[in-house]
Amino acid sequence: MKLRMLYFASLRERVGVSEEMLDVPGSIVSVAQLRRWLAERGTGWAEAFAERTVRAAVDQTMVNDDHALIDGAEVAFFPPVTGG
Amino acid sequence: MTVRVQCEDFDVGVEIAQLRVGNSKIGAVASFVGIVRDINEGTTVGSITLEHYPGMTEKSLAAIAEQARARWSLSGVLIVHRIGTLEPTDQIVLVVTTSSHRGDAFSACQFVMDYLKTDAPFWKKEVTAKGERWVDARDSDSNAKERWK
Repeated sequence: MKLRMLYFASLRERVGVSEEMLDVPGSIVSVAQLRRWLAERGTGWAEAFAERTVRAAVDQTMVNDDHALIDGAEVAFFPPVTGG
Repeated sequence: MTVRVQCEDFDVGVEIAQLRVGNSKIGAVASFVGIVRDINEGTTVGSITLEHYPGMTEKSLAAIAEQARARWSLSGVLIVHRIGTLEPTDQIVLVVTTSSHRGDAFSACQFVMDYLKTDAPFWKKEVTAKGERWVDARDSDSNAKERWK
């Protein structure tokens, strides 16, 4: 399954990537599973995704961990927002 | 309903005038202007930089404005949020709501700000004498949103 990935703010700095195309194994069907898979990519990734507060958006809408992923989706991970 | 994300400053008077033009049914205008403070969590702040998620930001602000319109009787909603580097005393966000009566305008304005604080994908990084730091989200912002449920 191909996903367009985006990372923002402190999480982007920790993983050192702002945007990438990913081909993830077919066994990964939810946001929670994607999180765990990303956390195994290295130290910065493990640290970034160890934060329980990390939020996810799929196709530009905030979603919960059980949200189902589909091929071609745009998935973003970021810390809690601090605008205004 | 208008939503804008921009680097440039805004003129509150001009924005309100534009929102009112040609509508004689408006009896109330409520506005909120957020300003960059020079102190946060006890530390002096030199400047802040705002990062956002282009696309989702506009979508989430439009959704918040739409929810306000569904909830109260409004003539117009305007949200302007700045991005990039800002300094203390700079304006950062503007929310204007117009209605026939003040109650709806006041409530909707506060609702939009409370939702913007927890739902719109903006992140602030502060520059202080000790270096740069990302601003942490506040529990009080989540609580402020809860009261509308």
